[in-house]
Amino acid sequence: MKRILVLCLLVICSCKNSNEKNNEASAPDAALSVDEEAQNISDFDLKIYDYDGLEPLINRQDDKIHVVNFWATWCAPCVKELPYFEAINEEYKDKNVEVLLVSLDFPKNYETKLKPFIKKRGLQSEVVAFDDVDQNRWIPAINKDWSGAIPATIIYNKDKRQFYERSFTKEELETELKQFLN
Amino acid sequence: MNTLKLFAVTVLTVVLSAFTATTDEGGYKIGDVATDFSLENIDGSMVSLSDYKDAKGFIVIFTCNTCPYAVAYEDRVEALNKKYADKGYPVIAIMPNNTDVKPGDNMEAMKARAKAKGFTFPYLMDEGQKIYPQYGATKTPHVYVLEKTKKGNIVKYIGAIDDNYKDASEVKTKYVENAVDALLKGKDVEVKVTRAIGCTIKV
Repeated sequence: MKRILVLCLLVICSCKNSNEKNNEASAPDAALSVDEEAQNISDFDLKIYDYDGLEPLINRQDDKIHVVNFWATWCAPCVKELPYFEAINEEYKDKNVEVLLVSLDFPKNYETKLKPFIKKRGLQSEVVAFDDVDQNRWIPAINKDWSGAIPATIIYNKDKRQFYERSFTKEELETELKQFLN
Repeated sequence: MNTLKLFAVTVLTVVLSAFTATTDEGGYKIGDVATDFSLENIDGSMVSLSDYKDAKGFIVIFTCNTCPYAVAYEDRVEALNKKYADKGYPVIAIMPNNTDVKPGDNMEAMKARAKAKGFTFPYLMDEGQKIYPQYGATKTPHVYVLEKTKKGNIVKYIGAIDDNYKDASEVKTKYVENAVDALLKGKDVEVKVTRAIGCTIKV
């Protein structure tokens, strides 16, 4: 039964992906029709952090492998690679891997774009919104080599940390992740 | 012995790859001489830094139509040009994206955007995407303040326009204005490099 459910979900997800891909290249912002979703999102709790709030979430000292992806709904390459992070989160759950999606969407778009997007895509990984205008402080704090372009990703455990200012294919992401799996 | 060899090779590889990584990154650092260019403007003319005989320097901004951060800064870029062009530091905007990937940034779209917003600065197409990698721009918007000297146009500031992309009225530090003001007074630029989130340049 479980398997069938998963299969159904997969089918639904892949349909969605192919639908949205058409819009993505030209107008990532227009990829969603907002009105149809608007009624149901008020119950949806989106956690919003500044850097002091986010810092502990990207420096956890537990036994897990954490994959932190900085993205935004307006960032086409970010949206393109999101399914790979979702897949990693699902497939490597039992290997102690946890994905955190940190959205850099503008606060004025939380209700109109970000929340509908999370809902429509049915994102299973934890999503938090990150709102801190003092970028010159937190970008180098997150990684000294980060120029500030997204997508950007951190993979870390309590012993090791890697930072990537680039986009991934699923294979590339798995290759990097496997360095952390024993 | 073998382990030692292996260790040595590993160390060497790591060291070498570290060097490769830095060279690959490329781009200008503070104090480097920035390249001139000849790029097509939205009015069809070709624009080079050397055209500006009376300029004391330049505010070169890699920007585009489609990035929300670039859009958030459009009015402030225009304000920079209004404030500093007459003082000898004109804004030169360069659109670095591959327009096959981002049709919203093609020449027609650039023209339309400039007209709608009333840009008074040149808005140039980085045809063939040859200029932005030399500067080392990684995102839009990405600013380089250059000072014209006998040795060439020297990079004096790299980074963000100010410290609040969201709200111009909440800005505490105007990085670019501070840099240009300092140069106009013949002083050293205090904050030389800053960072801000932007959209990756589309290749």
